[in-house]
Amino acid sequence: MSETILAVEGLTRIFGGGRTLLGKKKPQVHAVQGVDLSLREGETLGIVGESGCGKSTLARMLVGLDAPSNGTIRLKGEDVTALAKSSARSLARSIQYVFQDPVSSLNPRKTIRRILEAPMKHLLGMAPERRRERLAELMDAVSLRAEFLDRYPHEFSGGQAQRIGIARALAAEPEILVLDEPVSALDVSVQAQVLNLLDNLKSRFGLTYVFISHDLSVVESVSDRVAVMYFGRIVEEAAARELFARPCHPYTKLLFNSAPVPGKKGLAGEEGLAELPDPYNPPPGCAFAPRCPRAKDDCRETRPPLEAGEEGRRAACFHPLQDAVLERNA
Amino acid sequence: MSTATDTAKPAEPAKKSGRPSFFALLVANRLAAFGLGLLVAIALAALLTPWLPLQPPDITNPANRLLRPLTEGHLLGTDQLGRDLLSRLMWGTRVSIAVGLSATLVAAVVGSAIGLVAGYTGGRTDNLMMRGIDMLMAFPYILLALAIVAVLGPGLMNALYAIAVVNIPFFARNIRGVTLSLAHREFVDAARLSGKGHLRILLTEVLPNVLPVIVITMSTTVGWMILETAGLSFLGLGAQPPLADLGSMLGEGRKLLFNAPHVSIIPGLMIFALVMSINLVGDGIRDVLDPRLKSGALSRPAAATAVKREDVPAMPETSSKAALDVRDLKTEFRVGSDVYKAVGGVSFQLRERECLGLVGESGSGKSVTAMSLLGLVPTPPGRISGGRVLYQGRDLLEASEADLRKLRGGAFAYVFQDPLSTLHPLFTVGDQVTEAIRAHQPLSYREAWKRAVALLEMVRIPNAAERAGSYPHELSGGMRQRVSIAMALANDAEILIADEPTTALDVTVQAQILKLMDALQDDKGAALLFITHDFGVVSEICDRVAVMYAGRIVETGPTDEVLNAPAHPYTRKLIDCVPVLGEPERRLDAIAGLPPAVNRLPQGCAFAERCPYAEAACREGEITLDDLGPGRAVRCIKPLHAETPEAAQ
Ligand SMILES: Nc1ncnc2c1ncn2[C@@H]1O[C@H](COP(=O)(O)OP(=O)(O)O)[C@@H](O)[C@H]1O
Ligand code: SF4
Ligand code: SF4
Ligand SMILES: [Mg+2]
Repeated sequence: MSETILAVEGLTRIFGGGRTLLGKKKPQVHAVQGVDLSLREGETLGIVGESGCGKSTLARMLVGLDAPSNGTIRLKGEDVTALAKSSARSLARSIQYVFQDPVSSLNPRKTIRRILEAPMKHLLGMAPERRRERLAELMDAVSLRAEFLDRYPHEFSGGQAQRIGIARALAAEPEILVLDEPVSALDVSVQAQVLNLLDNLKSRFGLTYVFISHDLSVVESVSDRVAVMYFGRIVEEAAARELFARPCHPYTKLLFNSAPVPGKKGLAGEEGLAELPDPYNPPPGCAFAPRCPRAKDDCRETRPPLEAGEEGRRAACFHPLQDAVLERNA
Repeated sequence: MSTATDTAKPAEPAKKSGRPSFFALLVANRLAAFGLGLLVAIALAALLTPWLPLQPPDITNPANRLLRPLTEGHLLGTDQLGRDLLSRLMWGTRVSIAVGLSATLVAAVVGSAIGLVAGYTGGRTDNLMMRGIDMLMAFPYILLALAIVAVLGPGLMNALYAIAVVNIPFFARNIRGVTLSLAHREFVDAARLSGKGHLRILLTEVLPNVLPVIVITMSTTVGWMILETAGLSFLGLGAQPPLADLGSMLGEGRKLLFNAPHVSIIPGLMIFALVMSINLVGDGIRDVLDPRLKSGALSRPAAATAVKREDVPAMPETSSKAALDVRDLKTEFRVGSDVYKAVGGVSFQLRERECLGLVGESGSGKSVTAMSLLGLVPTPPGRISGGRVLYQGRDLLEASEADLRKLRGGAFAYVFQDPLSTLHPLFTVGDQVTEAIRAHQPLSYREAWKRAVALLEMVRIPNAAERAGSYPHELSGGMRQRVSIAMALANDAEILIADEPTTALDVTVQAQILKLMDALQDDKGAALLFITHDFGVVSEICDRVAVMYAGRIVETGPTDEVLNAPAHPYTRKLIDCVPVLGEPERRLDAIAGLPPAVNRLPQGCAFAERCPYAEAACREGEITLDDLGPGRAVRCIKPLHAETPEAAQ
């Protein structure tokens, strides 16, 4: 097994909180709660979950754009949070981010050339001639023509803009790319182009990906391992193929059942209402209990811990779907 | 298939559109052009004053006092000390413009700096700075200026500072607002990840985007600042004799208003001309840089899309049995000199009780087709340029506005992707459903309210009676979409048009909404036109499907048949490029390139550029939508055969 390059432990991010001028407590939201993850060199870790479950908050902390309230992120042993403060540039040289909205991640008043040159200049301190060579390489890597360099972002389609966003991230020559819903804003035909491009770049530059999406089928098709998030926590993690073949957590199963598949009719979906718990007033036990068909009394009292099972699987559920798969070691 | 060939030929980014340049737009605005002409004339004269053959402005000559205008040697006459008025006017204008501009610059630089820092930093710094600005603004404007001059002492420079200071809050607030919205944009994060520090981001990323706002604010305030400086001088607090600006000339002339009105009228007219021309140009600049703020731009669009049909298919002899029969519908947008053929001849029949899916990528014209049916495309720039929309034996494109209003929300109901855009934020959802009912049925408010609650129950909103009192923002996205569906069903619509109603929802919620719509459609026996880009959703809910590409339908047929054995190469490729759950090994077969721009459609097949089977014949003439077995049609001269669906490989 290859080495762990990014290790996340007990990562928590709380928004709000503190007190008002009158001393009243302000409400708090736990966007991300006690997340443990490890990323191995060369793999693609998929993170899937519904909107508002904390995927983007987690991603922003991984690249140092946001600071955790608690917990640590270690990049090859170095603390990312400390690094983001003391030497943001060396962090940005190792780990880069690709944004969901390709157009709004490019400054409308800058040419593509200036956007792509910024990381080379500020992060790598490249000389002008070297930058010119590198620009040509980058444009070639993302299959865009070099003459696009002197155009402005609004002149590009969504797919082309996303290629530029990817090129910007690659310009820093990072080892890890955190991709936050990189194809969600794109049309299906363009989405396939960008997914193929990402695949290609990964093997070409030996990259490691954290791939975040709400689209199960996209995550399944790109990931080696997948973590499912619900309400700020990881509720299940497994090798992609395993997870999709034999889900343990009832929420994972629900996600699969809800995804419409071309050529098939008759979604199972769920009875009742698919409502997330109130983030300002989270339930005491398992956050999924109000929607869970397998919920029993114990689920509503204590929160199920994320426990390791065989083959590196993990799940947080007292009554998982396949006990055989998940060795309960309690 | 490989990424290298994906974009061997990426479509040209849109270049040189029909949109005219900044200057062309400015001069096209007649008032602004007039203002600009006047301003240029005044500014030129002021600039050239030292070289013009004028008499010295400050030499008194009591012998010639108060000469009338048009006197020999004194074109505009003289003042009470016998000084030449023309000369004083020109020198005074110079001073006024210089002071006004400098004050504007000072206010703009200081105000913008405060606004930028406050908006970018946020939090405590922002709070502190803006409270300071609020305090400045709490004083009456001119009083504050007077107080500042009182402290500093009278004099032109002090007047300049005073005017600049009182205008700082104006800039600071405007710029802070814009900066705040920019500071959270993703490109700022991207710049941080590119290794830029805060100061550099502020100066090289944020400032260039704020600059147009600064320019707009400057161009709309400089006139006022000149006026205010003149005001202070008029009160004797600005320019001190013998130096004169327009305000002090006016002030001196005031005492002689009845004996020698020209002494005050002439500088007064100059102030008027100067400020008016500056404001006209300022408004013109604002309109060009930010067309949304243009006066009159907020006027409501026409109540129904303009219909200017060039070709109208004949009315059918016998009225068809379909609930809705659309024939050769064409809708276009005219922007500048470009014509975007968003819908280029779409025909389909929506049968009773069926669900027809309209599938395609964004920009393929699905929404515009749906909106055209009841004239909901905004005019300008949209217009319907051909076709018929037949409903119960009549053509809706010929219907009056009153008839259309009756149909909208009555026999036809729409559900949109974003329920927030259809729900009013300030009314409870119960109120809105009630109003929807009462717009079409003569019911009392209480009766209608009861029906509204029943409708909310029908779309399975728990505690409907209680939830009816909630405001839209208090509900989740899925709940809001349920409310929109309840509104659509309020008047027993015969035809439901749903435009990507689940695209913005999570999968679990989407599954529920799809089940709900399916069940309700069965119950109510309505016909459903369901717009989506997702073949999975199509399989779930649609009986038949029509695939759109570049404004036209390229394939139609029963859902299973089209999905299992697509006949059009585009349909085939579109299905192949979507990952399918449970088949991670499948290679995604991307379609190279991009759809054509609808303002520059190629000859022949619009898909030819991207089609692996394209040949010369594909690029000529009109490719028609031909029948292909019962209920199926395809717009391709070499349709794929059902037997060899793998022919694409
Ligand atoms: N208000 C408008 N002004 C100008 N062009 C428009 C306007 N609305 C839509 N269009 C153009 O019409 C075409 C079809 O758009 P649309 O029907 O919204 O596509 P879809 O619903 O399939 O995504 C696009 O090229 C779009 O740019
Ligand atoms: S712990 Fe209980 S409620 Fe939570 S997912 Fe498992 S069975 Fe359901
Ligand atoms: S008409 Fe020709 S170019 Fe168009 S889809 Fe058919 S084969 Fe391809
Ligand atoms: Mg649309």
